[in-house]
Amino acid sequence: MKIPKFVLSILLVACLVMAIGLPAYAAKVIKIGVIGPMKFVQGKGHWNGATMAAEEINAKGGLWVGKKKMKVELVKADSNEFLSMTDATNAMELLLTRHKVDFIVGGFRTEAVLAMQDIAMDHKKIFIGVGAASDEICTRVAKDYDTYKYWFRGSPFNSTYLGKTSFIHLGTVAAILKMSLNIPKIKVAVVAEKAMWTEGMIKACKVYLPKMGMEVVGIWRPSAVATDVTAELAAIQRSGAHIVFTIFSSSVGITFARQAGELKIPAAMVGINVEAQKDGFYEATEKMGNYVMTLNTYARGVEVNELTPRFVNTYIKRFGETPTYTADTYTAIIYSLAPVIEEAGTLDADKIVALMENREYAVPSGKHKYMKDAQGRHLHDLTWGPGYLTSLGVQWQDGKLVGVWPNRWKAAKGVPEITYKGIVPYKIAPWIIEKYKK
Amino acid sequence: MILDIIISGLISGSVYALLAIGFSLIYGAARIVNLAHTAFYMVASYCIYYATHKMGVHPVLAMLAAIILVTLIGLVCYQLFINPIREHEAAVLIATIAMAMAMQEVMLLIFTGDFLSVPALVKGYLKIFGVKIAYQQLLTIGAALLILAGVWAVLMKTRLGLAVRATAQDREVANLMGMNESRVAMITMGISVGLAAFAGAVVVPLTIVNPHMWMHPLIIMLAVVVLGGLGSLKGSFAGAYILGFTESLVVFLLPMGAFLKGSVALSVMILVLLIRPEGLFGVAFEEER
Repeated sequence: MKIPKFVLSILLVACLVMAIGLPAYAAKVIKIGVIGPMKFVQGKGHWNGATMAAEEINAKGGLWVGKKKMKVELVKADSNEFLSMTDATNAMELLLTRHKVDFIVGGFRTEAVLAMQDIAMDHKKIFIGVGAASDEICTRVAKDYDTYKYWFRGSPFNSTYLGKTSFIHLGTVAAILKMSLNIPKIKVAVVAEKAMWTEGMIKACKVYLPKMGMEVVGIWRPSAVATDVTAELAAIQRSGAHIVFTIFSSSVGITFARQAGELKIPAAMVGINVEAQKDGFYEATEKMGNYVMTLNTYARGVEVNELTPRFVNTYIKRFGETPTYTADTYTAIIYSLAPVIEEAGTLDADKIVALMENREYAVPSGKHKYMKDAQGRHLHDLTWGPGYLTSLGVQWQDGKLVGVWPNRWKAAKGVPEITYKGIVPYKIAPWIIEKYKK
Repeated sequence: MILDIIISGLISGSVYALLAIGFSLIYGAARIVNLAHTAFYMVASYCIYYATHKMGVHPVLAMLAAIILVTLIGLVCYQLFINPIREHEAAVLIATIAMAMAMQEVMLLIFTGDFLSVPALVKGYLKIFGVKIAYQQLLTIGAALLILAGVWAVLMKTRLGLAVRATAQDREVANLMGMNESRVAMITMGISVGLAAFAGAVVVPLTIVNPHMWMHPLIIMLAVVVLGGLGSLKGSFAGAYILGFTESLVVFLLPMGAFLKGSVALSVMILVLLIRPEGLFGVAFEEER
């Protein structure tokens, strides 16, 4: 059968129109890739926060990009980074090459984020990290700005500041124990899971705790996934520690709290315990996790600023749980990206980077301002401190996670005290009082 | 401190013994290296979690149901995936590890990667010479001893035990003597998986339920059975306590190296094997069986 030239011409024109028209059609949405370990609670936080942000933007008809209003479309990518680094890099490649996303938010494990960061930077796409705390991810920006300028930290603040805040919490609890129980010198047992991110904090413990007037009675390093720490607990109890300074991000946080609660170890637990930041912790420890204190970003009823309750309450209503810091994908999209896209009037990454790195803006956990290093180079790392980001100290009290810090906290001499709305006093476990009260 | 070490070692050793005995049994009787053994323990743990938390079943009933269900799953798996390739040891290794991975993925899909837990059967603790021991841990030690006694009684005092031992010594002769070797292997597989499920039931209140909880016990369990001598129940029991005490010693004497407790325990295994390659209670040459 012979096809007439006329029909062939029409087909050719139609193909051309489609070839030109399809990208234009696709460009009607802003594609944001959400990458994280989706089968785990961290990834669920990433997705939930981003979903909330996209729904909020799309309910208003989208974002103004120049003269066009564009809706946000999320693309979910399971990095599976707890189990496979290859899965993480593949997921990032897929986002950039198949789905052709405009921006990426998420990532959790430093080791995986470093690899995913390189891929995003190769494609010159903005990647806002929500999860990994290592300083190294941001020092790359200062060292090689042209390559890494598309990276920004979204949450949490870096591990140096995480350590600093945890030491403030430790000092606060030590002061309470000293005053309430008349303990002359506080003994501290440091228990840190075996992981790269804890190394710096352990070194800092050895240096700073004696300077803070405390005695380090021992440092224990269980595996991050240890399922039995009774031997460690027996040794800690034998050491006479008044405080256990925990540095946990994995399941050992549940094991440790549960077994310590079961055995009523007379030492207050304070520090970082990522599992204790989650609503499910109390049930996961079979109600043995009471009195555990940890650093956290959000808590029910605690207001860092006027944006906090709106975010926390909406999140709880929508997903039935308190947001953890990986849900800050919401902040990354709503507060970091959206205003800049509208201001720039384009999705061009270079133009957006130039605007993003010089902004200062309120977010539900405080205020974002991107730092520069000592030589004045951009780090794209978050500023810590009063007026910016401080995080919270939260404690499990009667099965509820409540905010206990900052409570009349003075960051330096001569500066005003800080107490966030909704903060309640710290409670000492009854079995500790029983052991030390004279 | 010595008392602390003894008690901690006893607890860890008992948990390892519970796992290793089932593994040794099926290897000894049917020469099946079942790398999915601890995956059955993981599935039992999830079953107990689901029954107690989602269905409100009493923990003891949940444990009994989980043991029965997992044993049945084990038998089905044996018939479908292991029995047809039993003669090819390498294929069995691959098939069982694939089974374990499949079980992990199924649990990950159903329960996600959240860390879950199951209530202790007995709450509270006992103080012995100043050392606090949870009742649940004492229960685990008791259960381990009871199970070993039970397995020993079945093997030594019953006709089934006689058949299992005969098959373990020489499959061909056992067949010639009229024993249905294939049936014996299936029954032994059932007992072995039942023991894994029982271990899961007793251990689950002490641990965190998650889809990867089978991996670490698998490594330690393999170390225990190799140390004790492949297929030797006596060896598994001794090996479990040797590794348990080694781990306990590391935690107490090297607190900074507590995470190395597994590695040190494995090093002890290597050391013993260098001196006695067949393991503590193993047989030096296959021909001796």
